Amino acid sequence: PEDELVEYFRDQMRKDPDMASAVAAIRTLLEFLKRDKGETILGLRESLTSATTCLTGVDSSVAVSSGGELFLRFISLTSLEHQDLSRCKKVMEERGELFLEKISMSRAKVAKLCHTFIKDGAKILTHSYSRVVLRVLEKAAGEKKRFSVYVTESQPDAAGRQMAEALRKLNVPVTVVLDAAVGYVLEKVDLVIVGAEGVVESGGIINKIGTYQLALCSKAHNKPFYVVAESFKFVRLYPLNQQDVPDKFKYKADTLKTVENFSEEHPVIDYTPPSLITLLFTDLGVLTPSAVSDELIKLYL
Amino acid sequence: MADSGVTEGPDKKEEIDRAKSEGKELTKEEKQRLRKEKKQQKKNKEKKDDKASQESEKEKKPLSSPPPASQPPPQSTTQKAPSAVPAPAPVSVPASEAPVPADKPAKSKAELKAERRARQEAERASKQGKKGETGQQAATSKQKAPPNELQPVVKRLPEHIQVDNPDVLKKLAKKLERQQTPGQVADKQIPLRMDYGYKVSLFSHLHQYSRKAPLTQQVSIPSTVIHPAVVRLGLQYSQGIVTGSNARSVALLHAFKQVIRDYTTPPNEELSRDLVNKLKPYISFLNQCRPLSASMGNAIKYIKKEISNIPSQCKEEEAKSKLLNCIECYINEKIILAAKAIAKSAIEKISDGDVILIYGCSSLVNHILCEAFEKSRKFRVIVVDSRPRLEGREALRRLVQKGISCTYVLISAVSYVLPEVSKVFLGAHALLANGYVMSRVGTSQIALVAKAFNVPVLVCCETYKFCERVQTDSFVSNELDDPDDLIVTRKGKTHLKDWQEVPSLGLLNLVYDVTPPDFVDLVITDLGLGMIPCTSVPVVLRVKNVDQ
Repeated sequence: PEDELVEYFRDQMRKDPDMASAVAAIRTLLEFLKRDKGETILGLRESLTSATTCLTGVDSSVAVSSGGELFLRFISLTSLEHQDLSRCKKVMEERGELFLEKISMSRAKVAKLCHTFIKDGAKILTHSYSRVVLRVLEKAAGEKKRFSVYVTESQPDAAGRQMAEALRKLNVPVTVVLDAAVGYVLEKVDLVIVGAEGVVESGGIINKIGTYQLALCSKAHNKPFYVVAESFKFVRLYPLNQQDVPDKFKYKADTLKTVENFSEEHPVIDYTPPSLITLLFTDLGVLTPSAVSDELIKLYL
Repeated sequence: MADSGVTEGPDKKEEIDRAKSEGKELTKEEKQRLRKEKKQQKKNKEKKDDKASQESEKEKKPLSSPPPASQPPPQSTTQKAPSAVPAPAPVSVPASEAPVPADKPAKSKAELKAERRARQEAERASKQGKKGETGQQAATSKQKAPPNELQPVVKRLPEHIQVDNPDVLKKLAKKLERQQTPGQVADKQIPLRMDYGYKVSLFSHLHQYSRKAPLTQQVSIPSTVIHPAVVRLGLQYSQGIVTGSNARSVALLHAFKQVIRDYTTPPNEELSRDLVNKLKPYISFLNQCRPLSASMGNAIKYIKKEISNIPSQCKEEEAKSKLLNCIECYINEKIILAAKAIAKSAIEKISDGDVILIYGCSSLVNHILCEAFEKSRKFRVIVVDSRPRLEGREALRRLVQKGISCTYVLISAVSYVLPEVSKVFLGAHALLANGYVMSRVGTSQIALVAKAFNVPVLVCCETYKFCERVQTDSFVSNELDDPDDLIVTRKGKTHLKDWQEVPSLGLLNLVYDVTPPDFVDLVITDLGLGMIPCTSVPVVLRVKNVDQ
């Protein structure tokens, strides 16, 4: 069943490359729930948790683990008082479908909120390849706004070039800059928009390596630093500094399995503290970093 | 309509009564006449009352400086008169500003108006002489408000930060007098503790007591007003034998348990109401010994709520055991179990090789460090201490006993030691509703320096210490300790021995200070919340209030 799971997950990712990895994970978990032949609710919950762990073994991003946890919480939030296990399962499946539906709409909601912050003639700086940012820029371009974009190359996987390609297809003037040229380019820029792999309890974000640098430079230049993220990326972590982020998120899944000594490896993500972030655009609304904890308390308490 | 005098009234009344009894509907005229008569009757009644109050006013005026006690009675009679009159009259006419109807003889109208104006002037003058009015006087001001003038809303400041206002002190003395049970001799009341020494002008609104003059010296023995357990507790507080937020709350709750055990309901009284009244003088006494902390305030609120929720048909033994149980639960849940939960979350933040800085002696932080050490985390501790309390020595003793390697510095060396520190753990006395942390004086200094060095600052605090107050500086509400504590003898010389004789010298011994939330990176708390940012404290308060 584990291999089936992984296969289904990879399949989902292949079918729709535009879908967030967390959404694919949740779809997989829902499918798993439907196929599960467990006898007790506790057993069901345990198997779902182990399935989530299995999926994080494939794709170690923060969003997959947070999405899985939220999925589990959402479906078990109702009163599962029914005597019949199959009826309980049906309720859980229905809620799972509902959850999936809600989060499929989340990117559209975020785009609707954010595009108004992009004024005509704006110069935007963004980092690496983020599908949410792409969606936002798409929407802004759809509203006939004229803007130009600078994208950082974002090594080691040069994801920034992918972003530049996608933007060129939208007829948006785009320039690819080196990661080291961020400070150089910032004086020309009006605002900075980045995506996030995870939003932590303090209101800070976990994103592709280089984001922290970008945030520090924008703070020094007094440019607004906006983050766009869907609400299923909210995770119950509270890092105090870069070192405090757990190792399992810092490196890719294959690296975690093969390599023993992490000091040789280069981390793939970094943590941006909330003091550097101006606003977060989520499907729950436009939040300040301190409001993230408010939302998390409401979600989890 | 014919203008009928009072004499014609009764005849018409008979007619109307007859009409009523016959079941005929009153004609419009008759109804109008009825209304007019009722108005007249009321006017006559008012005139009588006005005359009575006018006499009392005349008595009042010759008195040069009326003592505050005599003010309320004449005011209350004038207050009662207008408030009594609208009640019987079905036609609602405002009491003092009754529009004079046309059929009133002109002479009495002018007289009445003059009387009323004189009364209002006198009251306005007396009101302006007083600051910090009670709610009762505010109510009278609202009732007698002349239609054109808007009375400002009177806000009441707590008395413990109005020490430089003599009227407030007089009010407090009276309140302590009133709290004794009726039938007691005056010298067995709770005494008012006197302030000691010269107070620095910025803090002159706070109390400053001397440890050498404990409150118990002024209380006669045996004190029948105050329970001996409470007297002992008050002494322990004022002499500094019981210190620390948690220790004080637990001692308070144990003393109250003893009080409840020894309590018997007097006849014709209900336990739920009488016990609360019994506790009031104890609380005032403890407040005089040492100002109540935020955690003690919350504990007292909880106890009072529990007592007043006791159903009236509950038997005394049952009620008492229920209350004792409640208090036990409170201590267990909010203090002991909370410490365990907080330790569990905090241990995740302590990694091997950490250098942790702590300040003073917080029972919670010590507990966390001891737990982490037992779970075999490798770390070392730097204990920062400050005069005059030198509480860090107690923390040092406890940690070294466990086997944790510690360094001891004074607060002046904090910027020297911080480059090697990886985390700062601080305890809190209270967490305020705007996210500010109230803690031992010196805490905000450490947080500031840690921020400058980019070292994360973690505050550990149980939820029962979260309070609804808002404060942005350490001046408005604080505690002044005995200034003589600052005097130290070195090499046989005591330089500040005669500080009272130097008129321009003031010694300031502050107890608390307030740290802004930008300096605090993380708050670790219980109730399943674990780690929250400092700005989420009002959210927790909101959620807690909804739950309760």
